[in-house]
Amino acid sequence: MSAVTDAVRRTPAGNRIGRSIRDSLVVAKRNLIRMVRIPEVVIFGLIQPIMFVVLFSYVFGGSMDIGGSTSPQVYREFLMAGIFAQTVTFATAGAGAGIAEDMHKGLVDRFRSLPMARGAVLTGRTLADLVQTALTLLVLAVVALLVGWRTHTSAGEVIGAFGLLLLTGYAFTWIGAVIGLSVRTPEAATSGGLVWLFPVTFVSNAFVDSSNMTPWLRHIADWNPFSATVQACRELFGNPGVSTSDAWPMQHPVWASLLYSVLIIVVFRTLAVRKYRSAAA
Amino acid sequence: MPGAIYAEGLVKSFGKVKALDGVDLEVPEGTVLGLLGPNGAGKTTTVRCLTTLLRPDRGKAVVAGLDVLKQPDAVRRSIGLSGQFAAVDEYLTGRENLQMVGQLYQMRAKAAKVRADELLEQFHLADAADRIAKTYSGGMRRRLDLAAALVVSPPVMFMDEPTTGLDPRNRQQLWEVIKQLVSGGTTLLLTTQYLEEADHLAHDIAVVDQGRVIAQGTSDQLKARTGGERVEVVVHDREHIAAASALLDKFSLRGPGKGDTAVEDHMRKITTPVSGGAKLLAEIIRELDADGIEIDDIGLRRPTLDDVFLSLTGHVAEAGREDAGDEGDDGKRTAEGQDRGRRPGKEAVK
Repeated sequence: MSAVTDAVRRTPAGNRIGRSIRDSLVVAKRNLIRMVRIPEVVIFGLIQPIMFVVLFSYVFGGSMDIGGSTSPQVYREFLMAGIFAQTVTFATAGAGAGIAEDMHKGLVDRFRSLPMARGAVLTGRTLADLVQTALTLLVLAVVALLVGWRTHTSAGEVIGAFGLLLLTGYAFTWIGAVIGLSVRTPEAATSGGLVWLFPVTFVSNAFVDSSNMTPWLRHIADWNPFSATVQACRELFGNPGVSTSDAWPMQHPVWASLLYSVLIIVVFRTLAVRKYRSAAA
Repeated sequence: MPGAIYAEGLVKSFGKVKALDGVDLEVPEGTVLGLLGPNGAGKTTTVRCLTTLLRPDRGKAVVAGLDVLKQPDAVRRSIGLSGQFAAVDEYLTGRENLQMVGQLYQMRAKAAKVRADELLEQFHLADAADRIAKTYSGGMRRRLDLAAALVVSPPVMFMDEPTTGLDPRNRQQLWEVIKQLVSGGTTLLLTTQYLEEADHLAHDIAVVDQGRVIAQGTSDQLKARTGGERVEVVVHDREHIAAASALLDKFSLRGPGKGDTAVEDHMRKITTPVSGGAKLLAEIIRELDADGIEIDDIGLRRPTLDDVFLSLTGHVAEAGREDAGDEGDDGKRTAEGQDRGRRPGKEAVK
């Protein structure tokens, strides 16, 4: 028993950042174990983007005009950055549902009565989702290569593109966290987490060349944070269809994507942690 | 110096509903306080305020010498909480659950592992340690939940209805565990709907109703105030009610003519507070027999939670009552001892 007390005292409460990271990792581990034990969630998360790749590239390929070319091969290379980006943002729904579920079980009372870092329950969840996103991207990249997607740049640039995708996905899981903390049921978090993603991912340069849109829609697409990541990926992969728009995010897509992601994380993490702390559960 | 748990004037409202309306409590170090009350009385809200899960609107709370409102993190380090619903992760094994909790109490991974093994052994869960909690029975989950609350052997423990929903055997088992725990000097605040449970485990009992502590004392003190045991007679013939009532009134605890004997006409039931137990019961039967009053049923009744409530508040303990704040109603008083002069069960009978 005295060993227990010693172990507790030895970790000073003052080191808040260290505690925050440690606690988040403990919670992340818990969520990863759950993912392994309930693999259905991960598997369905994989099937959807693969279906999108196949459907879009074979149904739309050949009838899409990308930079003056309607070749299916050009569309496939154009499409992949969009599908990758859409896939990472769809992690939002999973994060939201997971957090909503936790909030409505007794477990969250246990967490909130423990001397752990306040944001760790949420950070742990988003980190676990990040691991899942990375896994999904990996499988998706293999499928993309199979249907004929290629990169035409250095390994460093390709890795950089995937880095931006992961950061974007991570930022979006914080939006999911806020949704999960705002709704009453996990089901509501799933649909609430997905429904707004359709306009966000479709009013963008992800699946069509946005220069063909009506001007007002085109402006929205050009400034859509999601478009910045897609544009950055196309540039970094050396894929066709890079927008020539003179909107700032389209001219500096890597910086724009980074800025947008950081901004989303700062704003939505603050909101989420505040909501978590005041939640009466 | 206040006790290990001290609360003064805790007030908490949820919208229009006043869940806590000035709760005062004191639990001396190393003792067990049973918080007794029906659903919706404010038991859980009290526990949530004391364990930093909920911020009271007003009032003061000190736990383990620490101000709950000003030093919540330090309080969390010194308490263990076992809730109404087993707060364990269903998809983690028993061992993983305890290890996780240990690490979140800021123990090192290795120490948390050692402690988890100790607790699994102590709570008879060693055989199920590597099975996911989803496969556990209700009793096992409660034990795991309790073990999680004890990871750091906190000096102050809170248990919110620890045995609600458990079968009698599991309840007995959990009682044994709790008794062992408090014999080690832990201060415990326990909420329950069962008088029997409070009786069994607690040194002191605080009765809560409509967000207030309406009485506090040992179980014997409270029972004395409910009038102790009572005799209940059901007569066969409606015409015999008056005669039987007069007969029973003679045996009434405070003597005849005090209006203590209650009659429920439609049930043909007569009840009177007594002392004297089985011997008195035999005497009453003999007299009823001598008077030719035929009876369907006769028995000694010990006080239940409902009786405690009747005597203290003048109304029956109802689940989920929401009419908080209708003070001035007969019998509802915050201070102790103000119900002197009134007798149990008056309002409940015709």
